[in-house]
Amino acid sequence: MADSPERIDRKSRYTQGRGVAGSFEGETVTRRRLMEGTALAVGGIATMAFALPGLGFALGPLFEETVPDHWQDVGAEDDFNPVSYVPKVMNINPTIGDAGKTTVYVRRWSPKLDKAPGDSKQPYVAISTRCAHLGCPVRYIQASQKFVCPCHGGVYDSQGKVQGGPPVRPLDRFETRIRDRRVEVGQRFSLNSQLERYPPRDPSNHLDGLWKYLYPPRPTT
Amino acid sequence: MTPPLPRALRRTPPKPGENGRRDGAGNGRNAAPVTKPATAKEQAAEGVASTVGWLDERSGASPFLRGFLYRKVPKGTNWYYTLGSATMFAFLSQAVTGVFLAMYYEPDPTRAYESASRITNEVFLGEFVRGMHKWGSSVMIILIFLHMGRTFFFGAYKYPRELNWIIGVVLVVLTLMMGLTGYLLPFDQRSFWATVVAVNLNASGPIVGPYLADFLRVGSEFGPTTITRFYSLHMLAIPGLIAALIGAHLYLVAKLGTTAPPWLRAEKKDLLREEV
Repeated sequence: MADSPERIDRKSRYTQGRGVAGSFEGETVTRRRLMEGTALAVGGIATMAFALPGLGFALGPLFEETVPDHWQDVGAEDDFNPVSYVPKVMNINPTIGDAGKTTVYVRRWSPKLDKAPGDSKQPYVAISTRCAHLGCPVRYIQASQKFVCPCHGGVYDSQGKVQGGPPVRPLDRFETRIRDRRVEVGQRFSLNSQLERYPPRDPSNHLDGLWKYLYPPRPTT
Repeated sequence: MTPPLPRALRRTPPKPGENGRRDGAGNGRNAAPVTKPATAKEQAAEGVASTVGWLDERSGASPFLRGFLYRKVPKGTNWYYTLGSATMFAFLSQAVTGVFLAMYYEPDPTRAYESASRITNEVFLGEFVRGMHKWGSSVMIILIFLHMGRTFFFGAYKYPRELNWIIGVVLVVLTLMMGLTGYLLPFDQRSFWATVVAVNLNASGPIVGPYLADFLRVGSEFGPTTITRFYSLHMLAIPGLIAALIGAHLYLVAKLGTTAPPWLRAEKKDLLREEV
């Protein structure tokens, strides 16, 4: 019994064996302990009941494709040639109005210039102006045949491959197709330094060597 | 143990020989007859005193307030010790002006720029309030870094104040996040492109970076809900965290006390006596 100190066994299953005051025979959990546990469990369930849906609500868009397939007309077939780029305006996300507008440089696919695997199957080459460093808009300089970024001095050749500065991979491109003799551009895709095609990545995400494993593909793209 | 009241509100004890009337009329300030009615000033003072007393009796706040407001500070406490309070007042100013700006601002990609320029150009005092919020944000960041520098150079982060330093560092990060999320809201070319670049900076972090960028943009591209997300973070989530952490920060300041400047050394008692 609990009243004699030498018989207290701290590891006993029974509260009486552990010498808990007010215990009775056969009791394993005190009422106080049970109520504490119940209150904590109920509080925890109540908290989770609003916290988890709220968190899911905030994080949900991370797991769904947010930019739907949309093809945009950028001009007639006759507007473009296989030698030089023609700047056209497209809207990355028409739902945000003017803020979604961006320039895209379009050129007809040329078997001489475009030998890389990522180019094939596209009737046109549509190069995104989003710099692969931090996303500033690049500009094509016709005289030197290079894309140049105004922010941190990234330089790309006429294929969009990095020639200098901080960018980590070539410029992104858009899918192209022809409908009724009009050129349309669609989804963005990214390229590694060999111009192999990847799902779209953010600027500054590497796609070469071991680096690419640090920047996994995302469910949103 | 009520906190000491200003002299004007203190009740003067009755002079010997007068009967101690408790309604303020017989406080004998100018040895007036006991029957003279209380002046308006005396009645007002009595009203304030009794309201304070009523609150104190029911909240028991005065021991806490006395400890908090009349705590001892070390010798050598100087103007640099006001930088923390200055930062907090910058935050309060941001909170108040922000609440009022939210009354006119519309966080919608097609309406944001328009509503922000309406605040500046049409709303009465709109330019002033928006200006306070805009420049106040820089003031708060400057002050919080000066406060951090003061704490560092005075060695005030050392035991037992490490936890307060950690809370302070989190507050610095949250303040910078306020700057980042607020910068988008005017939605002009500069704020749009600055935010595009800032989100891409987040994307450059390995493993979590791309997901963090998706969280901020609500998707893989800047979309219609990006601005509402930034607005919600800017006016609800981050300020709430900052307010809570300021509370914890102040609690620890009051609990642990402040430190003396490093040029005062406890063992040189003679020097200290001279400076007094």
